Amino acid sequence: MAKLTIPAQELMYSGHAACPGCGAALAMRLLLKGLGPRTVVSVPACCWTVIATPYPTTALGVAMLDNPIEATGASISGIRAALDAMGEKDVTVVGFAGDGGTADIGLQALSGMLERGTNAIFVMYDNEAYMNTGVQRSGATPQGAWTTTTPVEGAEHGKPEAKKDVMAIVLAHHPTYAATLNPAFPEDFERKVEKAKGMVGPRFFHIFAPCAPGWRFDSEKTIAVGRLATDTGVFPLYEVEGDRYHITRKSGTLKPVEEYLSAQGRFRHLTPRDVAAVSEHVHRTWERLLARERESMTSSPLAAVSAPRATAAT
Amino acid sequence: MTKMVLSGNSAQAHAARLARVQVISAYPITPQTSIVEKIADFVATGALKAQYIKVESEHSALQVVVSASGLGARTYTATSSHGLLLMHELVHWASGARAPIVMGVINRAVGPPWNIGADHTDTMSQRDTGWIQFYAESNQEVLDTVLMSFRLAEHPDVRLPVMVTEDAFYLSHTLEPVEVPDQDVVDGFLPPREPHAVLVPGTASRLGSFTGPDRYVDFRWEEAKAMERVPATLARVEEEYRRATGRYHGGPLETYRTDDADAVLVTMGTSTTTARAVVDEMRAVGKKVGLAKLRLFRPFPNEEVRALAATVGRLGVVDRSYTFGPMGAAATEVSAALYPSPRRPSVTGFYAGVGGRDVTPHVVRRMYDTLLSGTVPEVHWEDIEEEVAVDG
Repeated sequence: MAKLTIPAQELMYSGHAACPGCGAALAMRLLLKGLGPRTVVSVPACCWTVIATPYPTTALGVAMLDNPIEATGASISGIRAALDAMGEKDVTVVGFAGDGGTADIGLQALSGMLERGTNAIFVMYDNEAYMNTGVQRSGATPQGAWTTTTPVEGAEHGKPEAKKDVMAIVLAHHPTYAATLNPAFPEDFERKVEKAKGMVGPRFFHIFAPCAPGWRFDSEKTIAVGRLATDTGVFPLYEVEGDRYHITRKSGTLKPVEEYLSAQGRFRHLTPRDVAAVSEHVHRTWERLLARERESMTSSPLAAVSAPRATAAT
Repeated sequence: MTKMVLSGNSAQAHAARLARVQVISAYPITPQTSIVEKIADFVATGALKAQYIKVESEHSALQVVVSASGLGARTYTATSSHGLLLMHELVHWASGARAPIVMGVINRAVGPPWNIGADHTDTMSQRDTGWIQFYAESNQEVLDTVLMSFRLAEHPDVRLPVMVTEDAFYLSHTLEPVEVPDQDVVDGFLPPREPHAVLVPGTASRLGSFTGPDRYVDFRWEEAKAMERVPATLARVEEEYRRATGRYHGGPLETYRTDDADAVLVTMGTSTTTARAVVDEMRAVGKKVGLAKLRLFRPFPNEEVRALAATVGRLGVVDRSYTFGPMGAAATEVSAALYPSPRRPSVTGFYAGVGGRDVTPHVVRRMYDTLLSGTVPEVHWEDIEEEVAVDG
C-alpha cells in the first residue's frame, strides 16, 4: 500500500466560518495536520479570527490565543517564554497572521521575534490584501491589482506599487528556516511543515492563500489558481536554511503569467502592456532565485560569516 | 528580613524577584530603566529564575506578558509615560483577557513638551481600562504593594491586572531604607500561581475569541463584578501581609488627623509625605486640618471617601495631572462618590505638582489656607504665575 503523504489527522473542524474555497482555511488545515495537537496558535485580528468561529465555540483542535493585529511576534515570544518557564518542552508555537498583520502593521513585532530568536513558527498566510475588512490594499497586494482602495476608475488603475518582498525582509534576520508554501501543492507543503517542526529557533512560512471573493474568481478554482501561481513563477516554492536556497518545485518552463492573471477578476483591467510588465518582473525574480540557489550551492564566503542557528530538534 | 537602602525602582525589582515571577518583558524608558536593569542582573546571576524577554517596544512588552499569562505564568513588566500610552491597546486587552499581570509604572509627564518629571497623566489616562491602580508614597510601600498585588491579581475572585505606580524621581531614583522580607516569608504569603486553565496546550481551547452583542456585555459585567470584589479581597490580602511582615499601609484611603477637621486634603503618591508634615505644623498652631492618602484609585474607594466626608467640613483634592475634565481626575472621582451621599462637604480640585514641579510645604499650606478661607473655588491651579505672557 502506498504511504500517505498527507497526515490523516484533522485538527480543523468542519463548521468553521471560512468562505467557500478559502485558501487561508486550507493553509491552517494543512499546517495543523503536520504540526499535530501539541500546538499553540496565536492569531491576530484577521480572517482567521472569524473563521475560528465565535465564543464559546472553536474550529480548531488545538489551543488558540487571539491577539491584537500588530502583536503576533510578541505574542508567540510570550507563549514560548511561558512554556519554557513552566517546563513544557514538546509544544510547537505558531503565530498565524495575515499579510497585513505580518508585512504591514505586524512587521515590527515580527522583526523583534526573529531578532530575539524566538523558538516558534511565524506564518504569513498571504491573501494579498485586507480581506477580513473587505479587500483593502496591503503592502503585500501585487502591483496592478484591484482592491476597494486601489480602484480601477478615472485615473486609477489598480495598485500602483509593487508587492513587498517579505521573504527578503525575513531572511535579513537570518532565521533558522524560511519557506514559501502553497496549499495547491500539499506534499511540498507537508514536507516543509515536518522539516520546520523538527527545528528550533525562529522559522517563517510564507503561505499562498488565494481568496475567491477578494481576487474575483469562482470558489472552486482555488487550487487551480494556486497551481498557476507557482507554475507561472508568480509564487515560486522554495526554502532557505542558513544561506542555502532550495527551489522545491521546478516544472521545466514556466507557464505564461497571463494564464494566472486572466484567471482572476482583480487583474481584468490590465492591458497587454501591463501583462508584459508583470511577466517581465516575474521572470526577473525567478531568474534571480535560480541564481541564488546556484550560488548558495557553491561555498560562499558569506556562508562562513553568518552563522546559521542550531537546527537540532529538541 | 533584611534592611536595605533602595530606590523605588530597586524596590520594584526586589519585589518581582521575591514574587518569583516566571516571565518578564520590558522595553526601556526613563525613569523606569533601573527596574529592568536590576531585574536583568537578578536573572543573570540566577537570583531570579525567569524568562526575560527584551522586546522592541512597550506594545510588545505588554503583549508578551499577556500571552505568557494566558498560559498560566506569573508575569511582571514595568514602564512609564509614553511607554504606557503606546501600550494602551494591550492595557485594555490584559484586563479583558483577565490576565493577572503586575506592572510597575513610574508616573512621568506626557509630551510635548518633553519632560521626565513626576506627573500622573500617564496612569490617569489608563484609569478606565480595567486595571487595579495603586499609588505609592514610599519605597517600602512600593515593595509591599507589588507583593500584595500578585496575591490580589491572581485571586480567583479578582483575576485582574494591577499597576503599582511611583512618582518619577521622588521615589524612582531616591534612596530610602526598606525592609525586604525573606524569601520564605514571601513564599508563605505568595504561593506559586495556580494557572487559570483557559488555554491548555493539547486541548481545543481558545482565549480572546470574538463574540457579538449577544454575549459581549456578559464579559464586561463579569469584569465589573470582579472589580467590585477587589476591596474585600484586598482587605484580606493586606491582613495576611500584615501577619507575615508586620506592615500595613492603611487600606485604600489612609486618613491622618481627620477627626473634627475643618479642611482635609486628599493626596496621592509623594505629595502625601509633605502634606503630613504640614498637617502637624498647622495642627500645632490650632488649625484643624487633616489628610487622606488615596492609595487605591481603581476601584475607587467610594465608601471610604463617603465615610471621610461625613466628618469633615471642606475637602480639597490634589491632582498631579491635568486631564481636561471639569475637575482633576481624582477630584472628579471624589465628587462623584459624594453625590449620592447625604453629607456632602465642598470639594475643591487643586492642580499641583504637574510635570514634576515640587509640591512644597508652602504650596500645601496655601491649599489648606484656601480651604479654610471660607470662599472655596471649584478648581484651583497651584503655583502658576498667571501674569506670565507667552509670545506667539
